[in-house]
Amino acid sequence: MSTVVTTPSETQIVMTREFDAPRDLVFAALTTPDLLKRWFGADGWELVECEIDLRVGGRWRFVSLGPGGMRMGQGGVYTEIVPALRLAYTESYDDQWFPGVARVEADLSGSTTLVTTLTFPSREVRDLVLASPMERGINESHNRLAQLLGEKNELDA
Amino acid sequence: MELKGYESEALDRMFAALADPTRRAILARLAAGEATVTELAAPFEMSQPAISKHLKVLERAGLVTRGRDAQRRPVRLEAGPLKAATDWLEEYRHFWERRYQRLDALLEELQG
Repeated sequence: MSTVVTTPSETQIVMTREFDAPRDLVFAALTTPDLLKRWFGADGWELVECEIDLRVGGRWRFVSLGPGGMRMGQGGVYTEIVPALRLAYTESYDDQWFPGVARVEADLSGSTTLVTTLTFPSREVRDLVLASPMERGINESHNRLAQLLGEKNELDA
Repeated sequence: MELKGYESEALDRMFAALADPTRRAILARLAAGEATVTELAAPFEMSQPAISKHLKVLERAGLVTRGRDAQRRPVRLEAGPLKAATDWLEEYRHFWERRYQRLDALLEELQG
């Protein structure tokens, strides 16, 4: 199983990934703070604060701790919730590393396949996101941090 | 992650060029070897001027070049910029794949 990334329109990024689990469990992993904290941080980032008000119009807010103590806050508002099937929300970052607000739709209607569609305000913003992965600053500091902690990063396993 | 102005503009042109299905098909055809405009137009229900217009967009994005031969002016794929674009996609994909692998492990544990 691997992630497929496509750009079907000039403002979108679509990620498709199959999971070996029932979709209600995948949905729970996307919407339960205790579960999100266990997987959402990636490549040197850890999700340390996770607040979710799971109702349409409810807010979500994540704070991640990254290499060198870098803090990254992101959040938005839920716009559609169909348990085990669909989740849509807005997303923006505290430090505005990309301008404006993205719309995110996570769709599980294809059984165990999660299709995540990100729609950005413009083509320029979409391209910026593609060209500068969210791991900005991570590559150079990743090894340093691992050394500092004196442990092998479990993500590299 | 600060993009310099010219890098950002080049990026804009490239992704804009790649956003069109006809232009992607042209690039796919050129990956198999150089071709003339007539040859490129053949599989599409499009006039040669329409194909030439697409080629100009691809040329401005640095994705193709035209040969000097005045008669044929064969079109060639320039692999460099295209590779840069696919590298970005690949890096982005890689970032999410790692994240999803953590989710795999969690889902497996939950079903334990």
